[in-house]
Amino acid sequence: MRQLTRRTILAAAPAALALSVPFVSARAANYGPGVTDKEIKLGNTGPYSGPASSYSAVPKAQTAYWKMINDQGGINGRMINFISYDDAYTPPKTVEMVRKLVEDDGVFLVASPLGTPCNSAIWHYMNEKKVPQLFVATGATKWDDPKGHPWTIGWQPNYQSEGRIYAAYILKNKPDGKIGVLYQNDDFGKDYVKGVKDGLGDKASMVIVEASYETTDPTVDSQVVDMKAKGVDIFVNTAIPKFAAQAIRKAADIQWKPLHVLSSIGNSVGATLKAAGLENAKDIISDFYLKDATDPRWKDDDGFKWWSSFMDKYIPDGDKTDQGYVAGSSLAAMTAQVLKQCGDELTRENVMKQAAALKDVTVPMLLPGIKANTSPTDFAPLKQVQMAKFDGERWTLFGDLITGAVG
Amino acid sequence: MEQLLEQLASGIANGAIYACVALALVMIYVSTDHLNFAQGEMAMFSTFIGWQLIAWGMPYWVAFAASVILSFVAGVLIDRVLFRPVQKAPILSQLVAFIALFSILNSSAGQVWDYTIKTFPTPFGHAPLLGSLVDTHEAGMVGVTLLLLALLYAFFRGTRLGLAMRAAAANPESARLVGVRVGWMTALGWGMAAAIGSVAGMLIAPVVFLEPNMMIGVLLYGFAGAVLGGLSSPAGAVVGGFAVGVLENLAGTFIPYFGRELKLSLALIMIVIVLMFRPSGLFGRSVVSRV
Amino acid sequence: MTTIPEEEIAPDIEAGEAVPVQRAARMRPGARHLIIAGVVVVAFVVPVFASSFVTFQLTEVLIYGLAILGLNLLTGFNGQFSLGHSAFYGIGAYTAAIMIHNYELSYLWTIPAAGGVCFVIGFLFGLPALRLQNLYLALATFALATAMPQLLKFHALEAWTGGVQGLVVDQPEAPGLLSKISDDQWLYYVTLIVVLVMFACAASLIHSRTGRAIMAIRDNPIAAAAMGINNSLYKTLTFGVSAFYTGVAGALGALAIGFVAPDSFTIFLSISLLVGLVIGGVGSILGCLFGGLFVLYVPNIANALSTGLAGAIYGVILLLVIFVMPAGAAGFVRFAVARAAGWRRVSPKGR
Repeated sequence: MRQLTRRTILAAAPAALALSVPFVSARAANYGPGVTDKEIKLGNTGPYSGPASSYSAVPKAQTAYWKMINDQGGINGRMINFISYDDAYTPPKTVEMVRKLVEDDGVFLVASPLGTPCNSAIWHYMNEKKVPQLFVATGATKWDDPKGHPWTIGWQPNYQSEGRIYAAYILKNKPDGKIGVLYQNDDFGKDYVKGVKDGLGDKASMVIVEASYETTDPTVDSQVVDMKAKGVDIFVNTAIPKFAAQAIRKAADIQWKPLHVLSSIGNSVGATLKAAGLENAKDIISDFYLKDATDPRWKDDDGFKWWSSFMDKYIPDGDKTDQGYVAGSSLAAMTAQVLKQCGDELTRENVMKQAAALKDVTVPMLLPGIKANTSPTDFAPLKQVQMAKFDGERWTLFGDLITGAVG
Repeated sequence: MEQLLEQLASGIANGAIYACVALALVMIYVSTDHLNFAQGEMAMFSTFIGWQLIAWGMPYWVAFAASVILSFVAGVLIDRVLFRPVQKAPILSQLVAFIALFSILNSSAGQVWDYTIKTFPTPFGHAPLLGSLVDTHEAGMVGVTLLLLALLYAFFRGTRLGLAMRAAAANPESARLVGVRVGWMTALGWGMAAAIGSVAGMLIAPVVFLEPNMMIGVLLYGFAGAVLGGLSSPAGAVVGGFAVGVLENLAGTFIPYFGRELKLSLALIMIVIVLMFRPSGLFGRSVVSRV
Repeated sequence: MTTIPEEEIAPDIEAGEAVPVQRAARMRPGARHLIIAGVVVVAFVVPVFASSFVTFQLTEVLIYGLAILGLNLLTGFNGQFSLGHSAFYGIGAYTAAIMIHNYELSYLWTIPAAGGVCFVIGFLFGLPALRLQNLYLALATFALATAMPQLLKFHALEAWTGGVQGLVVDQPEAPGLLSKISDDQWLYYVTLIVVLVMFACAASLIHSRTGRAIMAIRDNPIAAAAMGINNSLYKTLTFGVSAFYTGVAGALGALAIGFVAPDSFTIFLSISLLVGLVIGGVGSILGCLFGGLFVLYVPNIANALSTGLAGAIYGVILLLVIFVMPAGAAGFVRFAVARAAGWRRVSPKGR
C-alpha cells in the first residue's frame, strides 16, 4: 500500500508544484505580492498572550498607527491592510504565523516582528523567500548583516552599543570604581553585559558582580543587597521596568548610593521611576533615543503633542506610561516612510532598496537630533543615543549625541 | 556574617510572599482536594479590583474589605458555575479547566488594566526596621501571614463548619451520609481560598508591583513551598514558603559560578531531594493505602 | 467489602478510559481497522492537494501528536503525572540541532539519537520519580520543565547550545531523486512515516503483556505487585519510553522549525501538551492526533476572533470543550458510538 501511495505522490507532485507557484500578474514590474492599486498588505507578529504579553503595546500601537494612516487616505492612495498575529513569544509559533502571513495571506512584507528569539527563528526563512523583514523590534546586534541577510534590517540602537556607551561614561567619570551589573538572564541582558565588558577593554575586571535575574523572580532585592555587601559603587541596572524599579527602591531602602546607570529599557519616568519613588531616582544616569512620553520636559514638544493626540484618538484605553506605545508608533512611522519612498514601484526589492537608503529620517518621538540613516552596507537605522541625568522630576539631557560602536 | 544576615532577611521577606500564596493553595487543596493552578491569577485579579477601587477614590481599608468580599463571592461563583459541571470529570480534565481559568484571567486583566507596573499602597509603610534589614511592610506581611494561619487553624480545628469542610474534601461520600452539604462546603472552600488569595495579592503587590503577570513567578515558588511543607498542612505551607524564600536567596548568593544563574533550578532540585525522603512533604500526613 | 475512597487505592490521575477502548476494539476490530486505514490513506494523500503552508502545519500537528503520545504512555497508561515533557521535547530538539549545527551530521541520524538521549535521561529521571506520587511527582517534573530553559542558557554550555541566541538548524531537503517533491512535502512524509511506525509500536506495546503490566500498575499498584509485576522496573522503563517518544518529536520539531532557542521549551509547552492529552483523550492512542490538532489550531482560532483577548478566548474554548467532552475526544467518540449501537454501559464521563 505504501508503494502505491508513493507512486500516486510522484504522479501528482508536478500538479501540486504548478499550483504553488505564485500567480504573476501582468503588472509584475511594479507590484510585488500583496499590493494592488488600492491596498498594501503588511504582516506582523507580537506577544499578545503568554509571559511576554507586557510587550503587546508595541504591535497594538502599530495596528493603531496604520488605522490612522488609512483615515488620512493611506499611503500614495493605497490603504494599508495590517495583519498582526499573536505568537505568544514562542519561536515555533512565530515561524508558523509568519509562514501564514507570507504564504497564505500573501503579505507584501513583514514589519517589525517582536523579540530576538522570534526574529531569529524566521531569519533564514525570510531571506530564503526574499521577503523583507523590516525594522525588527529587537536590539540584538546580528540584524545589521546586509551581506549575509539582505532581507532583514534592524531598527533600534543595539544593546551592546549601549553597554559600551555606559562603559565609556564610567571610564571617564569613575575609572577606579567597582561595577555591579544587574541583567535579565536572556539575550538582551547578556548583550548589555557583553557591551559593558567590551567597552571597558582591559579594565573589564572592574566588573566584580554580574547578577542575573529571571522574569519569574518575585524581586531582585537579594541581588541588590549582595552588590552593596560586596562594595560595588557603580551600579549598571539593565533590568526591565518592573525589576529596575524594585532595584532603585531597594537601593534607597538600604541607603546604598552608588553611581547608578540605568539602561534605556527601564528609564521611563512614568513606568519605572514613579513606581520606585522619584526622590529615590535622583542622580541616576541613563541614555535615550526615544522621547519618554511621561517626562514632563516634552510637554510642549510638537512630536509629543502629536503622539498624545494619536493615543487619545486611536488607543483611548491605552496606558500612556507604557513606552511600548511610543516604540510601536515610531516603528510603524518608519515603515510608512519606506513605503512612501517606494512610490508606485512597490516591489520587495525596492522596499529593501529604499530601507537601505534612509537619509536623515526622523519620526515624531525620536529624540531631537537623532536621525535614521542607512546604506547598502549599513542596516542599522538608529545608532545614536544621548545621555541624561534625572533631577528628581525630569531627565536632563547632557553631552553630545553619541554614536554606538558596535554594528 | 553581615552578608548572611542580610540575605536571610531578604529571603524571609520573599518567603512571606510565597507563604501567603502557599496558604491559599493549601486552603483550596484541603477543601476541594485539588491544586488550583489559577490561584495566582485569581489573586492578581482581586488585587486589580482593589487597585481600581482605590483609584476611584475609596479609602484603603474600604477597598481592601471590598476586594476580599468580592473575591469570596467570585470564588463561590467560579465553583458553582464553572467547576460544578465538571465535578465528575476525570481529574486531568479539571486540571485543564484550571488552565483555562488561568488563561482567561491573565488575558482579560491585561486587556482591561494594561501591562505597565502599578504601585499599590501599604498600610504598614516602607520605613526601615532592624537596621534596615527589613522594612515595615515586609514585617507587616509576615505578621498578617501568621495571623491568617492562626485564624485558619482555629477555624479548621475549632469550629463545626471547619470540620465539615475537611470531611467533605477528605471523604465526600461519608460526609454526605452524616448530613454535610458537600457541594456548598466545596464552594465555601473556593470562596475562602479566593479571599485569602486577595489578601495575599494585596500584600505582595506593594513589593513586586502590580501587573497582570505578577503572580506567575510567585505562584511557582508558592507551589514549591506548599508541596515542600505538605499539601494538607496550612502550617507546613507557611514554613515551606519561608524555607523556599531563604533557600533560593542563599543558593543565589553563596554558591559560586552557577548559583545565581541556576538558582531556581537549584532550589527546585533541593525540594525534590527533600521530597524523596519525605514523600508527603515536611508536615503532610502520608496516606496509608489498602487493597 | 470495605468502602475505600477511590483516590486512596488508585493514583490521583484517573485514566481508566483505556479499558473500554480495548473492549470496543475487541468487539468490532474490523470497523476500527478500517477507520485507521482510512486515516492513513488520507494522511498520505493530503499534501498532494494542500498548500505548502498547510503541509507544514500538518507536519507540526503530527509532531505534537507524537509528543502527546509520549506523555500519554506515561500519564494515560501508567498513571504517572508529568509537567516536564517540555524538557524532553527540548532535549530532543537540541540533540538534533547540535548534531546538525555543530557536527554537520545527517538529519536522519538525529531522530534515533534524540530518542536515545531522551530515553536515558527519562529512565534516570524515573528513578527518583518512583518515590513520588501525584502532586509531588507533578512538582518534580515541573521542576525539570522550569530548569530546562535555564540550563540551555547556562554560560558553561554555550559552546554547544548557543546560549540565549539559540541555534539555526539546516532543514532537510528533498533528495535529488525525488526532485518533484517540495522540501515541505518531504519533511511531512519523513515525519508521517516516523509517526506511523511509532504509533504502531505504541499500540502493539499497549496490547502486549508488557502493556497490560503497565496499565495494571496504573489501576492498582499494590495488586500489580502482588501479581509479580516489578513495579519499579516497569515504571522507570515507561518513563524512558515516554521520554523517547517526546524526544523524537522534539527532534522532528527542530527540523520543521529550523531553529531552537531556550524560549521554545518553557513550562508553557508542557501545559500545551497536557491540554492536548486531555482534549484528545487520556489513554487513547488515536486521540493524541486530535490533541495535536487542538494544540496547533485552537490558539489560531482564538487569535482570529480577537488578537488582544486571544488568551481569554483560548480559555473559554478550552472550558467549553471540557464541558462538552469531559473525557476528551476519544471518550466522546466512544460515547457516541456506544449510543449509536444502543449500549448504555459506557457513560460520557468515561466510567
